[in-house]
Amino acid sequence: MSTQDYGVTEPVFTPKPDLPPPASTVGVIGWVRNNLVPDWFNGAMTVVALLALYMVIPPIVNWALFDAHFVGDSRKACKPNVQIVRDKVATKGIMPDGTTLDVETTADRIVVPEGVIPNVRWERKMVEGVVRAKGREYAKVVVEKDVIIEGACWVFVGVRFDQFIYGFYPKEERWRPTVVIGIGLLLIIYMLTDGMPHRGRVAMFLLIPFPVIAFFMFSGGVLGMPHVDNAKWGGLVLTIIISSVAITGALPLGVALALGRRSQMPIIRWFCVLVIEFFRSVPMITILFMALVVLPLFLPPGTTFDQLLRVLIGVTIFIAAYTAEVVRGGLQALPKGQYEAADALGLGYWKMMRLIILPQALRIMIPAIVSLFIGIFKDTTLVQIVGLNDLLTMVQLAVTDAQWIGLSKEGYFFCGFVFFVFCFSMSRYSMYLERKLHTGH
Amino acid sequence: MKNTAILALGVGAAMFATAAYAGTVDDIKKRGELICGVTTGLAGFAAPNDKGEWAGFDVDICRAVAAGVLGDSSKVKFVPTTGKSRFPTLQSGEVDMLSRNTTWTFDRDVKLGFEFAGVNFYDGQGFMVRKDLGVKSALELDGATVCVATGSTTELNLGDYFRANNMKYVPVVFEKSDEIRAGYIAGRCDAYTTDRSGLAAQRSQMPNPDAHVVLPEVISKEPLGPLVRHGDNQWGDVVRWTLNVLVIAEEKGLTAANVESMKSSTGDPEVKRLLGLEGEYGARLGLPNDWALNIIKQVGNYGESYERNIGPNTPIGLARGVNGPWNKGGILYSPPFR
Repeated sequence: MSTQDYGVTEPVFTPKPDLPPPASTVGVIGWVRNNLVPDWFNGAMTVVALLALYMVIPPIVNWALFDAHFVGDSRKACKPNVQIVRDKVATKGIMPDGTTLDVETTADRIVVPEGVIPNVRWERKMVEGVVRAKGREYAKVVVEKDVIIEGACWVFVGVRFDQFIYGFYPKEERWRPTVVIGIGLLLIIYMLTDGMPHRGRVAMFLLIPFPVIAFFMFSGGVLGMPHVDNAKWGGLVLTIIISSVAITGALPLGVALALGRRSQMPIIRWFCVLVIEFFRSVPMITILFMALVVLPLFLPPGTTFDQLLRVLIGVTIFIAAYTAEVVRGGLQALPKGQYEAADALGLGYWKMMRLIILPQALRIMIPAIVSLFIGIFKDTTLVQIVGLNDLLTMVQLAVTDAQWIGLSKEGYFFCGFVFFVFCFSMSRYSMYLERKLHTGH
Repeated sequence: MKNTAILALGVGAAMFATAAYAGTVDDIKKRGELICGVTTGLAGFAAPNDKGEWAGFDVDICRAVAAGVLGDSSKVKFVPTTGKSRFPTLQSGEVDMLSRNTTWTFDRDVKLGFEFAGVNFYDGQGFMVRKDLGVKSALELDGATVCVATGSTTELNLGDYFRANNMKYVPVVFEKSDEIRAGYIAGRCDAYTTDRSGLAAQRSQMPNPDAHVVLPEVISKEPLGPLVRHGDNQWGDVVRWTLNVLVIAEEKGLTAANVESMKSSTGDPEVKRLLGLEGEYGARLGLPNDWALNIIKQVGNYGESYERNIGPNTPIGLARGVNGPWNKGGILYSPPFR
């Protein structure tokens, strides 16, 4: 028994739970209110945007997926398996002077043969056309007929897939580019992953011996691998070759040009200014044409200075000029105190650059450099005009094959998808890198 | 002093150049392959097939030359050239010949220093209409609206043709061929005019190609043919006579399938000369005596190549028209082989 027990319970203060936020600001409703209809203007914009999406997306999805043909090995697999019957119908035609006239025209009607599951959908709609009336004049008519809804023919991409990837590289040798690019990709991923040992050595390997090994693997002629002329390299492989050579070549060259441009030594400075300004002021197409058309006229005929090599050199110098200006921007963004501090520590020029300036400058430049690299990857399609067969060219060549003619939509869709995958991953990596290196000042 | 050195180098290069031009046939034999410039893809004329081999009507000319010179129609390296890069590529010696839908004109033949080996396809401007319309000839197009590319010679030819035939028309002009096709499909005009091979290619890209027909009239001249550089006449002769062999073979009824049996059974002296049974015709071109036999056996005659690539049974669907043999209503006519 306790003396304190008076039989009365002392009221203990328990705070009431918070009132839930008003239902209109949380959850789905809140999100919708805040983001889609915060006021009447934005609400109207949302409606317009949704309407636009509704008009664009379902037809694309229907075309690319639901009405598409996936299985087969020739154009026939994409041909509708229904019969189109052409009925004669009598209708009114509108003559150029506005009068109407009885005319006869044809209207398609779709008939499904017995035992056939139709592989296409169709709809009946009013279609405008022209017929010849009264022998010499032309009348407009409107008739109702069945129209087949068009679907993508992915069979085309399936059949041509190997060519899109490898170009004209001989079939039995295609393991070579696959191996090289596979190993290269693995090494790059390894090098870019944090915390892996010997990342610097892997980077050095990628930069110096790897391109040489890759060249011999592609070209052959050693270790019993048959020689493959580089006119046969093509497709996505060529796109990757050109862009990776341009990227790995342009970065060091660009840094060197940028340092040269800020050098105290006049000859080096003038030379660098000349190179940068010349290549930046000329369109890339002009550079490619110079390499293709003008250069051979100066060389003795018969000495065919390899076309791919010419393009690689041209593209690399072109990109290096741009990189140099980006790097220069990064160098100038660093406060002067950094240079003075490095000088005060008694570091020489190269040590100062390597230890103090470039690491900081390069970090500032990441977004600009990556967008430059994404630009190169896409610009490689320009090599088409000098007759190299990159991915886009292979797609365009394929749609000029009489069997596949007219399927450019499918080809471009595929091409766009591949480019998107590459460019999007590059851009995501650069965003990650920025976050990682962001030191808060 | 430095200038002199460069000049000397230039002269040396020029001499080297003439030396290199002198024996294209020998160069090809030594190299083991013919380097042939083709288009960067034109339906029916040059495009890679599903196996990655180039095929088409223009490609067959390259293959025929390789069959004649090297005895193997597969020993060709194809260099795709664009409309802009084709002439420098030939001039600089990067390719031995061009076979890529090039119109033979005075300027190209004379000023640019090329030699056209002949005509392998007589193209020209034509008309396409919907079958529904019931029109069978361009002369029935009086009063029609016509879709045409703006600012082109096509537009001028169209005007001339209608005026010459005392007919009226309404032009509907567009900038690009894709726009013209879309306009035509949408029914904005009754007829579509451009080069006939272009019409055929456009037709095959339409949703329902069979509903359209290319009319037989040709209203302008576009002779397309293979060409080589000036300066090596023997090589020019080889290409010219390769083309002629294809034409003669069709005229004489020699096909890839029957040429071997014809070799033993024929009594026609021209066929005997052609197949190397009489005379030394191949040797005069610096080629083996059975060169024409190899061409016909591996590539077929002109008609076979036509039917295979652009004929009525292909998606291109071009009727022979003027590109038929002279004794069957066309204008293909080879000089005699003697």
